[in-house]
Amino acid sequence: MTTSLDRDTDTRTDGAPPPPVDADATPAEGESPWMRRLPWVSGPLMLVALLGIWQFAVSVVGVSEFILPAPAAVVGALGDLFADPEIGSHIGVTLFEVLAGFGIALVVGVAVGATLGRIAWLQRAVQPALVALQVVPKVAFVPIFVIWFGFGPTSKIIMAALLAFFPIMLNVMLGVRSVDRGHRDVMRGLGASKWATFRDMELPTTLPYVFAGAEVAIVFSVIGAIVGEYLGGSQGLGYLVVSSLNALDAPRLFAVIVLLAVLGSLLYVAVTTVKKVVIPWHDSVRTGV
Amino acid sequence: MTTQQTPTATWTPPPVRRDEFDASGDTAEPVGSRAVGLRVAGVDKTYTTRRGDVHALSDIDLEVGRGEFVSLVGRSGCGKTTLLRVLSGLLAPTAGTVEAGDRPAWVAGRRDDAVFAEFGLVFQEANLFPWFTVVDNVALPLKLRGVGKAERRARATELCATVGLTGFEDSYPRELSGGMRQRAAIARALACDPSVLLMDEPFGALDAMTRDRMNLELQQIHAVSGTTVVFVTHSISEAVFLADRVVLLTPRPGRIRSVTPIDLPRPRTVEVEATAEFGELVVGLRRQLDEED
Ligand SMILES: Nc1ncnc2c1ncn2[C@@H]1O[C@H](COP(=O)(O)OP(=O)(O)OP(=O)(O)O)[C@@H](O)[C@H]1O
Ligand SMILES: [Mg+2]
Repeated sequence: MTTSLDRDTDTRTDGAPPPPVDADATPAEGESPWMRRLPWVSGPLMLVALLGIWQFAVSVVGVSEFILPAPAAVVGALGDLFADPEIGSHIGVTLFEVLAGFGIALVVGVAVGATLGRIAWLQRAVQPALVALQVVPKVAFVPIFVIWFGFGPTSKIIMAALLAFFPIMLNVMLGVRSVDRGHRDVMRGLGASKWATFRDMELPTTLPYVFAGAEVAIVFSVIGAIVGEYLGGSQGLGYLVVSSLNALDAPRLFAVIVLLAVLGSLLYVAVTTVKKVVIPWHDSVRTGV
Repeated sequence: MTTQQTPTATWTPPPVRRDEFDASGDTAEPVGSRAVGLRVAGVDKTYTTRRGDVHALSDIDLEVGRGEFVSLVGRSGCGKTTLLRVLSGLLAPTAGTVEAGDRPAWVAGRRDDAVFAEFGLVFQEANLFPWFTVVDNVALPLKLRGVGKAERRARATELCATVGLTGFEDSYPRELSGGMRQRAAIARALACDPSVLLMDEPFGALDAMTRDRMNLELQQIHAVSGTTVVFVTHSISEAVFLADRVVLLTPRPGRIRSVTPIDLPRPRTVEVEATAEFGELVVGLRRQLDEED
């Protein structure tokens, strides 16, 4: 009886939960405005430098057009891409696959992670399967999914979901176990109901972990969907990459990759923005502007 | 000024009408209508750890009357927190009984929340929720009791003023100093008009001046609300200043070494610390502590 009421290690800490795994190390306090603005200065500078080196390689070193098209050629290809009425549907398909895969991973990952985090024996029982699944290179399954689910979006969604599932599930599993002992004492002392304990303590404790998982997962979803499109089908940005390659159209190839990079960045920013709105109190969310 | 030396022969309350008995005796303090007394008998607590058992409390008998103010003092690690957790019903003793207002804390292995959830607890750490602002932390006990949003905010704002946190209502705990967090935790404990206030070194993180002010404030809260208080502290003078009785614990395992009644008149002001009587009490307790080595 006693052991279930009071665990036997006394290593309580106060205040905010420890940073969840994989959360970006973002120093929240004591940052000078200069430090805060630094990424906004260094980012464009690095971009300009990259473009400079690129242009230099093309026009001075004379790298072949097929290996490295000139920046201007890529910009031109981007313009052509947007002039193509098909492009909207390609972007739409990829976006749909990514978001559907991410959504499935989020729901299933939170459910499985929360369950395993709370039921210790179950977690231990499925541990070998989890480790096996985790170390297997999951993109190797794409051909199997194509056989099972065809060349349509389904196989890509499943690939995206499978990749995104693990970071979410693992973080949530850790999160539900990370409830502070002192916080638990507060709620128990007040005789809080199960529901109130969940609403006011367990959920807020776990949310930062969900977001830490989601930030990784959204990137993995994009990877999953693209790899899926590389292998089969006739739609999506991944397909455009492959078809440009087959046509030996290097500028177009680069342009699609730029588009993919922008898409991935926007999705990541969307997740962090939601995080800032939902858990403004957390250390990983910077204060100030 | 008598000091009882035998641990088991703690002060015996009048046998009749226990629920109405007022430990402060001849002083004119009101006893809060919600206040309840506490009683532990034969309490033993052994922690089981990976590196063997730790015998934290041994054979504790203690009775705290309704509305009484008891201070617990003793060396670090002597079991003060453990005893307070046992009194709060958060920790089940290995042996012995715990009662509040004549109701046992443990029924069929479960804590009786009807009585024990009415306690106000201040832990050694502030234990504020980082996801709530100060005012929301303070209002948490009211929220759990279904008090409406506007009302609990108003009440919590008042409590913030009581502990000197006006202007910080909408800050997050991480934006407060350690002492401010502790004061917010005190405000939270007071939020639901507790029947018993259990405080574990609440002023440990405060500077001497704030501490004096908080002591006066606590005395005032005790006098007005008439609530029962058990107050753990390292500071003997703080214990004497606040308490009706001072309980001294000795370590390994934690036992009650002595119970010292403090008959200084109330309300007490900082001047009382300059009196000979006060000095004698403090010296007497300090000597007992030193005898341990
Ligand atoms: N959860 C625990 N598991 C195992 N041992 C514990 C636990 N909590 C306390 N102890 C042990 O019990 C003894 C009493 O601890 P306790 O925390 O009650 O001391 P304390 O008087 O409050 O000390 P302090 O003044 O430093 O806060 C110590 O020897 C400690 O090691
Ligand atoms: Mg302690």
